[in-house]
Amino acid sequence: MIKSWLNPKLQEKIVFASLFLSTLIIVIPVILVVAVIVARGSSVLSFEFLTSMPRMGMKAGGIFPAIVGTFYLVVGTLIFALPVGIFCAIYLSEYSKRNLLTRVIELAIVNLAGVPSVVYGLFGLGLFVVFLKMGASILAGSLTLAVMVLPVIITASREALQSVPKSFREVSYSLGATRWQTIRHAVLPHALPGILTGTILSLSRAAGETAPILFTVAAFYLPRLPQSIFDQAMALPYHLYVLSTQVPNVRLELQYGTALVLVGLIVMTNLVAVVIRSYFRSRKQW
Amino acid sequence: MLFKYIGVFDFLLGARWYPISEPPRLGILPLILGSLWVTVGATVISVPLGIACAIYIGEIAPNWLKEILKAGVELLAAIPSIVLGFIGLVTLVPLVKKLFGLPTGLTAFSGSLVLAFMAMPTIVSIMEDALNTVPKSYREGSIAMGATKWQTIRRIVLPSAASGIIAAIMLGIGRVVGETMAVMMITGNAAIIPKSFFQPVRTMTATIAAEMGETVQGSEHYFALFAIGIVLFAITFAINLMADLSLHGKKGH
Repeated sequence: MIKSWLNPKLQEKIVFASLFLSTLIIVIPVILVVAVIVARGSSVLSFEFLTSMPRMGMKAGGIFPAIVGTFYLVVGTLIFALPVGIFCAIYLSEYSKRNLLTRVIELAIVNLAGVPSVVYGLFGLGLFVVFLKMGASILAGSLTLAVMVLPVIITASREALQSVPKSFREVSYSLGATRWQTIRHAVLPHALPGILTGTILSLSRAAGETAPILFTVAAFYLPRLPQSIFDQAMALPYHLYVLSTQVPNVRLELQYGTALVLVGLIVMTNLVAVVIRSYFRSRKQW
Repeated sequence: MLFKYIGVFDFLLGARWYPISEPPRLGILPLILGSLWVTVGATVISVPLGIACAIYIGEIAPNWLKEILKAGVELLAAIPSIVLGFIGLVTLVPLVKKLFGLPTGLTAFSGSLVLAFMAMPTIVSIMEDALNTVPKSYREGSIAMGATKWQTIRRIVLPSAASGIIAAIMLGIGRVVGETMAVMMITGNAAIIPKSFFQPVRTMTATIAAEMGETVQGSEHYFALFAIGIVLFAITFAINLMADLSLHGKKGH
């Protein structure tokens, strides 16, 4: 029995209105934040801002080395994380048996995905920078970011693999294919869009992270391009952090500009992922 | 390594964090409490709003609006924490200072607000997934009995999705506890035991990020920061485990 002192219809109206209001409270600030970044950042945004070195202790000039640094880091992360992630997902989805070990691995992956990024930074510092003596370098930073995005890539790839219908595999086996041939030719191609989407999304997250690169790559002010993977590098998110808290009296426009480039980069990457997903979804024939 | 110098209890419950005094005082209680205050604040703000938003998007909004709102929430999830921290620093912090007449706007309250916005995408998207898994026949059954849509949501859909909702809240809290950059920029970083929401606090994550660059490798302070990392790891591990168990318990049915 549903008791209420209000007419249920009226009650429903009030509740729905307040739910709608709550939704607006979330969505409107998002739009405002983006609008402010675009409005104030676009005034400094120019070809020169994107392609020149910072000058005068970062109070003038561009953000080119930070863009290049972030690009190197993302590529490095991709190289280290993607193969391991895919193989791990293939193992979990196609080979592993339902037993305690698999359950423990699953639990570990879920939990690793929730570990704070700063803890990954500590891990990278301890293992790559200090113990393996890489020093603060692009290599150490990419490895740290790779470790951080691995759980996400594994989960996404695994879901993609498992969404390939069982009948595909059965047909392949019935034609005499081995297990690996089946995976390679009948399963992987169909799972690829899902794997790609997950990977791109995780890379865009890696590009925006600051805490893991704080002690493993980041150079405070380095107005030249990194020479090798053993060099330190600037990176966009860290550059924004430095500009907004560490250097006094930086023009606000420069900070907004950096934020705009970073957000723009990430939103564009995410859009690519969305486009890939919807393109392949529309071609899906099962 | 660290516990050669200092007992576990002195570390966890010590009220003073003066890592560079001589001898260093390495009690992380103020940091734990700092994290706790900010987390509680962010949870109080984000959970009701997040749940309301998920219900609206998942159950009520017409399709065209649903897509727009979802895109908005996804956009929020895509904005890096450093950018939200920066925006919070230049807009929210002065506002809080003026609004409440405080000596500084860098407070636990400002931090909670920004963190709440970071937790919301997690809460909304996971909870919406949970709502989607509730079979349509449940809703139809309830509507057929003459219940209004809200009565159906309240009495049928929400209870059926309860475990997913709990998982969503847990993962949202996990995100807040581990958030680093925005917190470091906005909460003021005073390592004192906070007495009110309108005081600066310093969280565990911010301490690691701010001090690791300045400490000597192999010093007590260095190991203490790693130990804070372990504490953080343990906390988020427990939170995620609860979320996972909550989701998994349901699959038994």
